[in-house]
Amino acid sequence: MGHVYMPILVLFVLAAAFAVGSVTAAGFTGPKRYNRAKVDAYECGIEATPQPVGTAHFPVKYYLTAMLFIVFDIEIIFLYPWAVTFSKLGFFGLVEMVLFIGTVFVAYAYVWRRGGLQWD
Amino acid sequence: MNQLISTSPLSLPSRAPVAATEATVSTFGHDPWWLILGKVVAVFVFLVLITLFLIWAERRIVARMQQRLGPNRTGPFGLGQGLADGIKLALKEEIIPAMADKPVYFIAPIVATIPAFLAFAVIPVGGVVSIFGHVTALQVTDLPVAVLFILACSSFGVYGIVLGGWASGSTYPLLGALRSAAQVISYEVSLALALVPIFLYAGSLSTSEIVAAQNRFWFVFLVPSFVIYMVSAVGETNRAPFDLPEAEGELVGGFHTEYSSLKFALFFLAEYINMTTVSAVATTLFLGGWHAPFLLSRVPVLNSGWFGLVWFTLKLLTVLFGFIWLRGTLPRLRYDQFMRLGWKLLIPASLVWLLLVAAMRTLVVEDVNLRRNLVPVGIVFVVLLLLVSFWPSSKKPDRDGEGEDGHPEIAVGNRAFPVPVLPGEQTDPTLAPREVTRA
Amino acid sequence: MSEPAGEDPASAATPTPDYTSSYNPNDPYASVRETTEGPIYTVTGQDWGDVLGGEGVNTERIVVNMGPQHPSTHGVLRLVLEIDGETVSQARTVIGYLHTGIEKNLEYRNWVQGTTFVTRMDYLSPMFNETAYCLGVEKLLGITEDVPVRASVIRVLMMELQRIGSHLVTLATTGLELGALSMMLYGMRERELILDILEMVTGLRMNHAYIRPGGLAQDLAPGTEEKVREFCEIMPKRIQEYDDLLSANPIWEARTRDVAYLDLTGCMAYGVTGPVLRATGYPWDLRKTMPYCGYESYEFEVPTQHSADAYGRYLVRLDEMRESVKIIEQTLEKLRPGPIMVADKKIAWPAQLALGADGLGNSLGHIREIMGSSMEALIHHFKLVTEGIRVPAGQVYVAVESPRGELGYHVVSDGGTRPYRVHVRDPSFVNLQSVPAMCEGGLIADVIAAVSSIDPVMGGVDR
Repeated sequence: MGHVYMPILVLFVLAAAFAVGSVTAAGFTGPKRYNRAKVDAYECGIEATPQPVGTAHFPVKYYLTAMLFIVFDIEIIFLYPWAVTFSKLGFFGLVEMVLFIGTVFVAYAYVWRRGGLQWD
Repeated sequence: MNQLISTSPLSLPSRAPVAATEATVSTFGHDPWWLILGKVVAVFVFLVLITLFLIWAERRIVARMQQRLGPNRTGPFGLGQGLADGIKLALKEEIIPAMADKPVYFIAPIVATIPAFLAFAVIPVGGVVSIFGHVTALQVTDLPVAVLFILACSSFGVYGIVLGGWASGSTYPLLGALRSAAQVISYEVSLALALVPIFLYAGSLSTSEIVAAQNRFWFVFLVPSFVIYMVSAVGETNRAPFDLPEAEGELVGGFHTEYSSLKFALFFLAEYINMTTVSAVATTLFLGGWHAPFLLSRVPVLNSGWFGLVWFTLKLLTVLFGFIWLRGTLPRLRYDQFMRLGWKLLIPASLVWLLLVAAMRTLVVEDVNLRRNLVPVGIVFVVLLLLVSFWPSSKKPDRDGEGEDGHPEIAVGNRAFPVPVLPGEQTDPTLAPREVTRA
Repeated sequence: MSEPAGEDPASAATPTPDYTSSYNPNDPYASVRETTEGPIYTVTGQDWGDVLGGEGVNTERIVVNMGPQHPSTHGVLRLVLEIDGETVSQARTVIGYLHTGIEKNLEYRNWVQGTTFVTRMDYLSPMFNETAYCLGVEKLLGITEDVPVRASVIRVLMMELQRIGSHLVTLATTGLELGALSMMLYGMRERELILDILEMVTGLRMNHAYIRPGGLAQDLAPGTEEKVREFCEIMPKRIQEYDDLLSANPIWEARTRDVAYLDLTGCMAYGVTGPVLRATGYPWDLRKTMPYCGYESYEFEVPTQHSADAYGRYLVRLDEMRESVKIIEQTLEKLRPGPIMVADKKIAWPAQLALGADGLGNSLGHIREIMGSSMEALIHHFKLVTEGIRVPAGQVYVAVESPRGELGYHVVSDGGTRPYRVHVRDPSFVNLQSVPAMCEGGLIADVIAAVSSIDPVMGGVDR
């Protein structure tokens, strides 16, 4: 089966060559006219507040969202194989999945009620 | 194909009988190297060409909707516009902001582009044909987990956006990148959930087998799934009305504000290829893939081999037209409204719908008697009840002290500052506006 | 005015005044460097110290400059936003990027030339500026009642056309800024019809200088009435189109409803007028409350809404366009042949203008008369054109209802041929104060909706 992934690898190499080539070529195809104002960060024509990369703090308000996302992503991981083998699992599979989704749903409803899904 | 199939969509067998031109996972992995190379190059060229075409089409179609002409100078009907734009961008000066984190700044457009191309590898664009005597499917490759592969590629692409926005060392790109990150993780859940009912029917994650399972009924009959998928897909690809990461009205250019020249072009390319890919996935999973449309599918010649390419492209362009149409019609959502739509509507809706579909499928597959039928329905009902009991009140937060009826006096607010009397209000003679005459 | 005066030959003997005595060399916003021509000041607006304070560096707040070069700030408005995630915790407006010195320049030109200046202030509603200025001058001259009826009717016609045009731009730009790209094009499409009419009448699409103290520069061009009638046929249908396109659009509603809330108290405290005020339910419209130009003889409603938000302002503007169409139709009924300038030859431009091969200018008949037959007429013409009319000393305040609110002109004369001072109460400037009240606590996207619902025109703000 390893052969099935072969074309993807070929496409990867082709796309990578194209992308790397373009990024590299950009330095050569265009003109070069240095101007200090050009390399400033864009801040609507005003000198930007110094915010060095990596040290600037920025509140990521939705880390809760990110955690919820992981919960749901894991749910999806379970759902996919379940869906594929659904006809073999039959009624038992349905009950199992209803219980599973129900459990996640209760947690989800709890988060919702506690305001975990508020963004403002 | 000639096996008798029940006419009810819900009674569709999990695996439809496979005709000679239908591919399965086992069809793949036998191509000689020249055929692999040929297919890969063809997909690559197809994607680049369709991007160039889309740039033109989007501008022309939106222009028509806005009673303008749109670009019509480069080539016949302005068809060369996409190419002209690309060349123009290549000849622009490359500006690297002084504050940028250089390595990441360089890598970001590459990271955005490669997965965009890769996802298309598992899209079946036609049936099994013979190329120079070699029997093969019109699809670069197929995997037992093809749909997962597509999802993986689409979520990997967002790294390009997030890294690009972060590495620019500027505020607007940073805001755009963060929006993008939140957007993609939120909409990926509903996107992935919307696909599960399809697997229930197709019994496979392989794209070619899902297409084969649709040789009689397109999965678009799973309407809620289709709607949820399309809404999520628009969100996932940063397209209007969900184009928040690059909302030019707010964030100027969003994550690509600081990108110029070919690096910007790569982001642009990636966005359009992503749009093509999600449309191709919609075509494959919901619209019968390369199968001929209704009635025409009865003609075997039209429903196999190279003809599949035509149907596939037509369906793909139809879905893409929908994307463009949205852009010409709708205003942009606000960030919190957009997140609310994803988390509070699409995700619960797709879960409930999934349970309903699963319950219906169980009835059909198990062929259970009525008494047992009631059990899954009951379970679903219990879940719904549970949900309702936990449902928060939909009352809007009282932002301004406004009453339910929106009575005029509400707009007056508190009387801390002297205000005139509104018409219809109880008139206090000392407060009434006097007749003012011009001297 | 503390600005350093230019080098004056008469004062060459006196020592150069020491400008740096009151100047703080450590002023972070005005660096000075000595050159052979004297000190050069570089005045900047880099007020980050104020914004960030001492604690800014370590908090999780980010200061974002929205503008002056930003797609959604209506020209060159600069908003300094302090954001906490996506929430705006502090918003400050910075203006002055389009400062033209028009008010000051007015003092160096004669009264008639003033219209060419004021028309360039609020460039989306030049007719209102011209009318308000001319009403002020006329009031000083004491000829308010002498302005011919036809002139007043045409003024109303022009102003109402302009009002529709201005509201169309507001709708279009609001649409563009909220992502409804098509609305942008539709708005501009209809505005083109209006600009065509204005061009036909005044010769220019903007900055017309058409309304003059005492009347108008010239009469309506032949065929104008038909064209206006045509426009009145088209426009109501188009307004209905915008209504259909946006009013019930859930995304449009979500973006504007309960956004940029400013109640009547807030409007009163900030002096906010125009659609923003009327969206609180208070029907304050100078055309009704303090009529001018004969507005009391027109039948129209003052549309109001009670929501006090961006959506309400949008609805008010839609309805105002409908009312303006009604007024335009009434002006067409009222148009009677007659003079368009006061009869007093000491005030009126000495010659009726006429369109020649080289553009608009004095009519050839008049030139022939003053050059060939009447020496007195020549002297009169020369005096009026080079020196200008004399306006009695005094001061007046005149206000008109511009599309953005109360546009007031405080005109002061010292009895000479030039204004002593003309101060403009521009509604954009006053309304812009309310931006922090509308935006703080909201999201970044709401700032855009708030600013576009106020509809400031920076040309009017930075006179």
